[in-house]
Amino acid sequence: MSHATLLIFIAVCALATFATRVIPFVALARQAEHPLILHLGRYLPPTVMMILVIYALRDFRPLAEGQLNAGANGWPMILASLVVVVLHLWRRNALVSILGGTGAYMAMVQLGWAL
Amino acid sequence: MIGFMDIPHRRGDTQGVYLLSSSNAWREAGTLTLPVMFGYLPLGAAFGILAVEVGIPVWAALLMSLLIYAGAGQFLAVALLAAGAGLVELAVATLMLNSRHLFYGLSLLKRFQGAGWRKPYLIFSLTDETYSLLTTLPPERARDHALALRIGLLNQGWWVLGSLVGALIGTTLAFDSRGIEFALTALFIVLTLEQARRLRQGLPFAIALATGLGALLLLPDRHLLLGAIGAASLVLLAHYRLHRHAPRESQP
Repeated sequence: MSHATLLIFIAVCALATFATRVIPFVALARQAEHPLILHLGRYLPPTVMMILVIYALRDFRPLAEGQLNAGANGWPMILASLVVVVLHLWRRNALVSILGGTGAYMAMVQLGWAL
Repeated sequence: MIGFMDIPHRRGDTQGVYLLSSSNAWREAGTLTLPVMFGYLPLGAAFGILAVEVGIPVWAALLMSLLIYAGAGQFLAVALLAAGAGLVELAVATLMLNSRHLFYGLSLLKRFQGAGWRKPYLIFSLTDETYSLLTTLPPERARDHALALRIGLLNQGWWVLGSLVGALIGTTLAFDSRGIEFALTALFIVLTLEQARRLRQGLPFAIALATGLGALLLLPDRHLLLGAIGAASLVLLAHYRLHRHAPRESQP
């Protein structure tokens, strides 16, 4: 693929991403105090975060047949998630929770324990 | 860089208490972004490795982290590039995957008012994690736009650094990185637990479970995220109407 093709590809992706971030500020600049906006501002972030967890556990497979995801199915993912939850409830240290869970997952996947 | 960011832009500052020296201010922001650093470094590295693996040059991987700056969005872009997808497909997929950012902006409309020259970057750098950090700040710091800018810059710094390291590892060493992408999942789990601790209400999580699992069963993978978030927004809209007992004219 040529440099020009790659640059156009990156530019389109960058513009589309920025659009999703800037549209509310342009389109709703006068509505900041509307009760519905405040309601969504309060409840939507935790809802989205939980949906992202479900999405990540189900679907975070950018290359379905790629090497990065070998064995990335089923139990290792669920068990590693439990490691994250338990570590975080216990120590409440984001670093410990993320490194612990990721380490557990990598160990399970790389040692070929994919049920 | 540090001095130039800080000193001349303190007008209208009602928080004279926070006339920290520049290095202290950066150290404070650095401490706040520490958990994000430990998510972004491995995840950025996973992105860099993946990008190089499918044949994207190191400079282009770096450019993506500088100009696009969206975790899941960049993974998707790599997958689409590898699959030879067209530009329209890329634009639509990116818009749909990142449409959740629309809702983040909604709750920051008021907070970003008066951010001046910092505002474009604050909007550009609004990732899941930066949003979560900014909305977790104590109320008296909520309008500290200089702090928000430092948080945004540092977070993107971790992401770019991770991408660079990953791309270089991908080109030079044979590093067994299988499974490293789980860092993203772990980060989302941690952020969800933190949101639950802050809100102390079951409603959003019940809605997320219902719409998320419903979307899993009913929708193909590529529509899952937008479908679930769209459905959850509709449920929250209905909840808002019932809650107010005043179904007024149908305006957004």
